Amino acid sequence: MQFMLLFSRQGKLRLQKWYVPLCDKEKKKITRELVQTVLARKPKMCSFLEWRDLKIVYKRYASLYFCCAIEDQDNELITLEIIHRYVELLDKYFGSVCELDIIFNFEKAYFILDEFLLGGEAQETSKKNVLKAIEQADLLQEDAKEAETPRSVLEEIGLT
Amino acid sequence: MPAPIRLRELIRTIRTARTQAEEREMIQKECAAIRSSFREEDNTYRCRNVAKLLYMHMLGYPAHFGQLECLKLIASQKFTDKRIGYLGAMLLLDERQDVHLLMTNCIKNDLNHSTQYVQGLSLCTLGCMGSSEMCRDLAGEVEKLLKTSNSYLRKKAALCAVHVIRKVPELMEMFLPATKNLLSEKNHGVLHTSVVLLTEMCERSPDMLSHFRKLVPQLVRILKNLIMSGYSPEHDVSGISDPFLQVRILRLLRILGKGDDDSSEAMNDILAQVATNTETSKNVGNAILYETVLTIMDIKSESGLRVLAINILGRFLLNNDKNIRYVALTSLLKTVQTDHNAVQRHRSTIVDCLKDLDVSIKRRAMELSFALVNGNNIRGMMKELLYFLDSCDPDFKADCASGIFLAAEKYAPSKRWHIDTVMRVLTTAGSYVRDDSVPNLIQLITNSVEMHAYTVQRLYKALLDDISQQPLVQVASWCIGEYGDLLVSGQCEEEEPIQVDALYALRPLIHNYFGGRTIVSDFMSQVSEDEVLDVLEGLLVSNLSTPVTRAYSLTAIMKLSTRFSSVNRIKKVVSIYGSSIDVELQQRAVEYNALFKKYDHMRPALLERMPIMEKTATNGPTDIAQTNGETDSTILDTKHLPSITQPASQANDLLDLLGGNDVVPVIQTTVPTKPASAGGELLDLLGDLSLTGGPTPTPAPSVPMSQPPFLLDGLSSQPIFNDIAAGIPPMTAYNKNGLKIEFTFERSNPSPNIAVITIHATNSTEADMTEFVFQAAVPKTFQLQLLSPSSNVVPALNQGSVTQVIRVLNPQKQQLRMRIKLTYTHKGSPVQDLAEVNNFPPQSWQ
Repeated sequence: MQFMLLFSRQGKLRLQKWYVPLCDKEKKKITRELVQTVLARKPKMCSFLEWRDLKIVYKRYASLYFCCAIEDQDNELITLEIIHRYVELLDKYFGSVCELDIIFNFEKAYFILDEFLLGGEAQETSKKNVLKAIEQADLLQEDAKEAETPRSVLEEIGLT
Repeated sequence: MPAPIRLRELIRTIRTARTQAEEREMIQKECAAIRSSFREEDNTYRCRNVAKLLYMHMLGYPAHFGQLECLKLIASQKFTDKRIGYLGAMLLLDERQDVHLLMTNCIKNDLNHSTQYVQGLSLCTLGCMGSSEMCRDLAGEVEKLLKTSNSYLRKKAALCAVHVIRKVPELMEMFLPATKNLLSEKNHGVLHTSVVLLTEMCERSPDMLSHFRKLVPQLVRILKNLIMSGYSPEHDVSGISDPFLQVRILRLLRILGKGDDDSSEAMNDILAQVATNTETSKNVGNAILYETVLTIMDIKSESGLRVLAINILGRFLLNNDKNIRYVALTSLLKTVQTDHNAVQRHRSTIVDCLKDLDVSIKRRAMELSFALVNGNNIRGMMKELLYFLDSCDPDFKADCASGIFLAAEKYAPSKRWHIDTVMRVLTTAGSYVRDDSVPNLIQLITNSVEMHAYTVQRLYKALLDDISQQPLVQVASWCIGEYGDLLVSGQCEEEEPIQVDALYALRPLIHNYFGGRTIVSDFMSQVSEDEVLDVLEGLLVSNLSTPVTRAYSLTAIMKLSTRFSSVNRIKKVVSIYGSSIDVELQQRAVEYNALFKKYDHMRPALLERMPIMEKTATNGPTDIAQTNGETDSTILDTKHLPSITQPASQANDLLDLLGGNDVVPVIQTTVPTKPASAGGELLDLLGDLSLTGGPTPTPAPSVPMSQPPFLLDGLSSQPIFNDIAAGIPPMTAYNKNGLKIEFTFERSNPSPNIAVITIHATNSTEADMTEFVFQAAVPKTFQLQLLSPSSNVVPALNQGSVTQVIRVLNPQKQQLRMRIKLTYTHKGSPVQDLAEVNNFPPQSWQ
């Protein structure tokens, strides 16, 4: 996978994960173009399209579009499964996830993504293991902070 | 300084902004606060501030001033800081900036951290955005972690290694030892990432590939276990056990089995098993089947398995899910070359996909349809494709039109069908066809002699409908110019019912069937010369016509001066354009005017019908028409026809043929020039080339030609040849066995070095001489050019003759000598003869 973008129906970016080195300007350009292209698609169309020399796999979940760019030899159908798995992970973590959750907790969405994918490939195929790792890391965060101050750590750093 | 606001609060605040300007204001305020906070080197709130910065960055605002802060966070001991710091690094830093190198040391330390989650963070960051320098520095650490027993770290290290290898391929060797027992892991995460690592290594290095081939049995075993094992809640997706791992293994097997018989054989069974046992009701199952099909097609699988694969794809084509259909079409396109027959079976389904609403599917279906067209299905397929052309998006039309032309050229069942098809394309998608289709079509029309009347009538009607599509207009005006007489006389030789598809036939003005004949002729017989001229003049003045089209129509009008009786009208039109602003038109008009005035006697000869043109190699396989019976032909260089030089002289040492050139009169006739040969039946029109612009202001265009340019010096619009009667007596060159060959001569005024000899071959025996070929050779001081003969059958009993033009360049004014070789078939047996011709009259060469 070369990159993954999450954006709303209005075209606002909610998450961007790049696995290829590109400058900021280039990323913005690609994002803009791709968002436009995907939003222009009609609902009944298939989830794949060719764009530049990449294959784009996208799926809409409620008000969010999940869009991945894969290379020629990658399997489009399994990419759809990867997107679905990520949504399931978010769902389990946030409990019936909606777009607002991702807006207000974007850094957590990133953390979950980073436990699931690395360098564009899936690192863990078990849902349970990914969630366990996140849980542990969150605890670690809390413990570390609790040790420091008596106040609720997450509150203190504004990450509640 | 008050505590900076919390992240959530900031997000909330920004979202309340009602306009872009308001949002920008809030952001700027907050950025300023963050900046001053950074300046104060506040450790407590750094994390919060960077998090806020990342949010604003996502909204599209600049955040580069936070880069160093990310580094500080990474260096911090607090886990929270590290988490945000690494996230920030991945979002804000990129390898183009040197700043990122400062991370290297931190990452190195964190790779050896006591907490596995910290190690995980650093591995993740390195694996996502590590630059080649960083990778080089840290590869050793990654390799160490690849050997750890901690599966959490091992899987991350594997993917990190993949990234390292992608960035610095030379380091691949380093990871080899660590891969030894990767596949014996039980942990699926490690298995999955290991397979990815192995795949990456095998793709990059053939040595690695051969080295890892021995893993095939192990991979097969793992895959088998996945399929056969019962329900495993941890890895189950809709009843399938770890589809991600299955797909990855299949992909690795594909790479390992490609081109290798043993490996392919080892995996045959498992592939068959996966193909038959996988549930197809959900996308997951289909994803696995898709990967299986790709693998089967790539390795050296047995034919039964291949058929199984194609059938799976066929089933995919019928699936309701668009994605599956799309994937099927893509795969079929890849396999159509190798397994053509198997794919043909699914042709009707593929053609149905042309009607799909989805653009991607339509495009795939179109490409596949073109690949499947063959001699047997051409009629049916063409119907579908033409219908598709009518209704598809403009982006497709150009490709579709080109594809149709190619297919029609290769497989047309009859000339009439071919012309109908091309006409249909021109009328429906005329503006989208490629430029070179115009000359090709003209050539096609010229060569279908019996279709001339039919074609010109249809083209005329199409012109009446619509003059905006330039290629159509160009072809139509050329044809009207050539065959205008047939148009006006209303003849139509077409007897068979036209095979047009029903929809098209319903269009007004088009055909009805009346007892097998078309009504075309009845309708057309009402066309008058004036009407035709009206249409052509209309093209000249219309704003829709491009300059090229105008040129076509002017030439067409001119040609009609010998075919129509309303010469005065034509003269008027032509003289008007003598002062046209368009230089190209002006030049032509002036030349045509000259034709009317000074060279009126030349006009009929100059504007005669075009002879059959040779087909040149365009895109598809074409036959090179054998005119001389020789296979060599050099076609004059033009912008549109690529020259084929195949000097396959059947020449032996005795014959010194300079080319045996067949001069191809090129389609775009602009300045018609020509040696009018003596009373011969066939006039070789040396049409010329040039065109589209590059107009020279002089009235005598010097047309650049590639081949023997000197012979073409005489090609100008000025008459170059004397009146035939100017006095060189003809001679008999050969008279034997009933075959008599006479030479008649002309010499040009401006270039007295060129002698044009026309041979007349007659046959006084009772049987025809067929496959008649005349070849000539001259001594080295001369140069020879042989033009196309009028035919290659010399009719018996002097009922007709074959004429052919030879042009000889004799710069040294030496005595003309020639050796000729004749081959023909007479009464079933081939005859060949050589002769020397020495009795040339002195006026022909002095």
